[in-house]
Amino acid sequence: MILARLLEMADYRGRIFLALLAALAVLVPIANLLVPPDSFLHIGTGTVVLLGKYLTYAILALALDLVWGYCGILSLGHGAFFALGGYAMGMYLMRQIGPRGVYGHPILPDFMVFLNFTELPVTWWGFDNFLYAMLMVVLAPGLLAFVFGWLAFRSRVTGVYLSIITQALTFALLLAFFRNDMGFGGNNGLTDFKDILGFNVQAQSTRVVLFLATLLTLAAAYIFARFMVTSSFGKVLIAIRDAESRVRFLGYRVEHYKLAVFVVSAVLAGIAGALYVPQVGIINPSEFSPTNSIEAVVWVAIGGRGTLVGAALGAFVVNVLKSFFTTGSLAAYWLFVLGGLFVLVTIALPKGILGALEKLAAKRGTRS
Amino acid sequence: MQRSMAASVGMHQSLMKKASMAGFLAMLVLFAALLSIPARAQSYDAAIDRFLSDSFPDTEAGISALQAAGDARGVAVLDALLDRRLFVVAASRTVLVRDRAGQTNDARTGQTVAEAPAGAVMVRLNNRLRGLAQAALGAMTLLSPDPERRRLAAEAVFRSRDASALPAIDKTLETESVPRVRAALREARAAILLADAQAPMAERIAAAAFIGEIGDQDGIGLLRQTLTNAQGQLREAVEAAIKRAEFTQQLRRAGQTFWFGLSLGSVLLLAAIGLAITFGVMGVINMAHGEMVMIGAYVTFVVQDLIRANAPHLFDWSLPIALPLAFVITGLIGIVIERGIIRFLYGRPLETLLATFGVSLVLQQAVRTAFGPTNREVGAPSYMSGSFDFIGMQITYGRLWILVFTFAVFFLLLAVLKATALGLHMRAVTQNRRMAASMGIRTGFVDAMTFGLGSGIAGLAGVALSQIDNVSPNLGQSYIIDSFMVVVFGGVGNLWGTLVAAFTLGIANKVLEPFVGAVLGKILILVLLILFIQKRPRGLFALKGRAVEQ
Repeated sequence: MILARLLEMADYRGRIFLALLAALAVLVPIANLLVPPDSFLHIGTGTVVLLGKYLTYAILALALDLVWGYCGILSLGHGAFFALGGYAMGMYLMRQIGPRGVYGHPILPDFMVFLNFTELPVTWWGFDNFLYAMLMVVLAPGLLAFVFGWLAFRSRVTGVYLSIITQALTFALLLAFFRNDMGFGGNNGLTDFKDILGFNVQAQSTRVVLFLATLLTLAAAYIFARFMVTSSFGKVLIAIRDAESRVRFLGYRVEHYKLAVFVVSAVLAGIAGALYVPQVGIINPSEFSPTNSIEAVVWVAIGGRGTLVGAALGAFVVNVLKSFFTTGSLAAYWLFVLGGLFVLVTIALPKGILGALEKLAAKRGTRS
Repeated sequence: MQRSMAASVGMHQSLMKKASMAGFLAMLVLFAALLSIPARAQSYDAAIDRFLSDSFPDTEAGISALQAAGDARGVAVLDALLDRRLFVVAASRTVLVRDRAGQTNDARTGQTVAEAPAGAVMVRLNNRLRGLAQAALGAMTLLSPDPERRRLAAEAVFRSRDASALPAIDKTLETESVPRVRAALREARAAILLADAQAPMAERIAAAAFIGEIGDQDGIGLLRQTLTNAQGQLREAVEAAIKRAEFTQQLRRAGQTFWFGLSLGSVLLLAAIGLAITFGVMGVINMAHGEMVMIGAYVTFVVQDLIRANAPHLFDWSLPIALPLAFVITGLIGIVIERGIIRFLYGRPLETLLATFGVSLVLQQAVRTAFGPTNREVGAPSYMSGSFDFIGMQITYGRLWILVFTFAVFFLLLAVLKATALGLHMRAVTQNRRMAASMGIRTGFVDAMTFGLGSGIAGLAGVALSQIDNVSPNLGQSYIIDSFMVVVFGGVGNLWGTLVAAFTLGIANKVLEPFVGAVLGKILILVLLILFIQKRPRGLFALKGRAVEQ
């Protein structure tokens, strides 16, 4: 029966998507580890890291699509959950440095020694334990989303109002994390990581494993999200997106549904952040900047909201474009491209790339 | 640099001229009083002689003798002494004063000496002598014809509390007519009496009460010092004075905070008024609003640049010229955005938000490409710079004019909305688009005009904000969240709500700042606002209606 349910929920898009991920999972490690470096088919470790980064963005986009595409909640603050997950992971990685820091303090990270901290702040207790840190990766964004969502949805803050206060939320966190006395590294954030679970984060093999872990997480997140939106719970979410008042008049507790999906989405974003940090090697307050969150929204819009696959696709496409434009002489034009994409997608491609592709395919189908 | 020096010299001369005309009679009386000491001229010469030996004890005696002589020429001598411009030639027994312009004069005769002769030795100083010379100079410049210098001298006496300056102060007080200087003199007099243990008790008590009444920081310091060795009645008087002064200080601080809050509020209001139109009246989320403000600031920069290059004498007119230009340019950009993009997205607020955010990125990058990523220098016209003292509070002209300008824009906009045909059409379209269209109102045209108006006002805000903020491509970003907060807090579609919200937020921000710091204060305000929106999702002054939200 479970198998039947799985088959039913994995539509053709999902199958293609999962097949693509599986292919990546096999081909990338082979091309990186087994193919000799001078070969045409070799993929450098730098590229693996870049791909891994894109995949974490894809998870964030998936999380955003869950709330925006299926429940109509446009969060402009999802970057905050992503960054909180990232900080939790970063704190674990900082504690793993141990006495190997520049100042050689047995417990305190370098920046704390520099800022004259005499003992570890309470917020850092237990972060040397990987399991506790992973618990925090889930709990910190989840709890924030729960409190924030509970307040917001209970008093029926909807639409653009909600968007603006989510933006204010991430802005407030940005300001807070910039402060040195918060004990999270201030302006510079957390960096210079050494080990994760005893393995060197810089090592090629660790990087490939992290890439695979991200890939696996993305696949699991997709299956979970797909399961969620095809269940009866998901049907209510879609109904809320399309006509919130009617769903409420039918007797559903709209705010409970919204809160549930918001928290799940925030946790997913936090996990994405936790996978992001060991790969890029740094986390700083700029991850909280409202622009980051709104950029994530445009990935979803460009890929096609309400499709899950489209969100992941959009994150990938936009970031490949971004990498292409921001390296070299084209850097000055990237914001023109990004801004143009915002306008183009909202006016010309309301269903995103995926929608446009499917429309094209459908047309061709009827013609043949 | 050169120009400013020339200007300051010119100003100084004209000041001197004015002062000499206005205070000539007063000075005459003053000098007559001083001249009543017959041995004055001799005592000046005798004092000068003291400097010849260039030994510390003799120099000390010379300083006090100069002060006692009370000759106006002594000011230049002491000033030169402090500035290492006083020389003695032992051979010819002459004392030479080189003035600030580099000209050397004989201290006795005042005759210009062509060249400092060989053997001229600079008169040496130590810290003790320096202090004495400063105090003496303070007492003596009380005689200066320049009221500003007299005031500074009075303040110097207040700090030194040198009892020997008391006669000079009393004399100056008899004739002093400038209120500012009078106040400073009286304060200095009270300080001397309070610090002087030999002075009559009644006078000291009166002095304590007087200083308490003024209630400035220096006065409190002096009172506290006196308190350590005061007994009986004096002690009571000093304690009462301290209490009184501290109360005044608190009031003044509260006033200053209030003013800072008003000023911040006016900036917030200015940035948010345009948004109150586009978001509040039309319901369009315009994330590019901040960029309109930024473009307005850049228009000011370009106007000033052109004026500097072509007609420098018009510099004071740069802001009045920039205002209409900024309004028209940003208004036109707004109309283009509305017709080109937003028109297709009515009824889809979230998409509008994204599209206008895209526009904001493009505009930012366009400005960055055209003008570079760094801050651009926008100068302040003469009426925008400087500050004045208002019952003990420092008020800068720039901030004051911005406050006035904000109110002008606000009421002008209110008038446009309430008293013009366009305003009527705007309100009609807002309330019921289809009904308005049926009555023959061109809704598309009204939409474009409304959006243009909102954007144009943002441009006006940019001209004003260019005076107090860094003009860079990121200027707009720093205002956009605050502006939305103001509009949402005030209640959408209500200009008065926006007004109240802006000033509430501004003052709340400044009141919190001293307790928790600027950043934490801002965070606290954001959190409070988020909580407030929970309670009243439609803002302070929500429009009442029966419509179920869409």
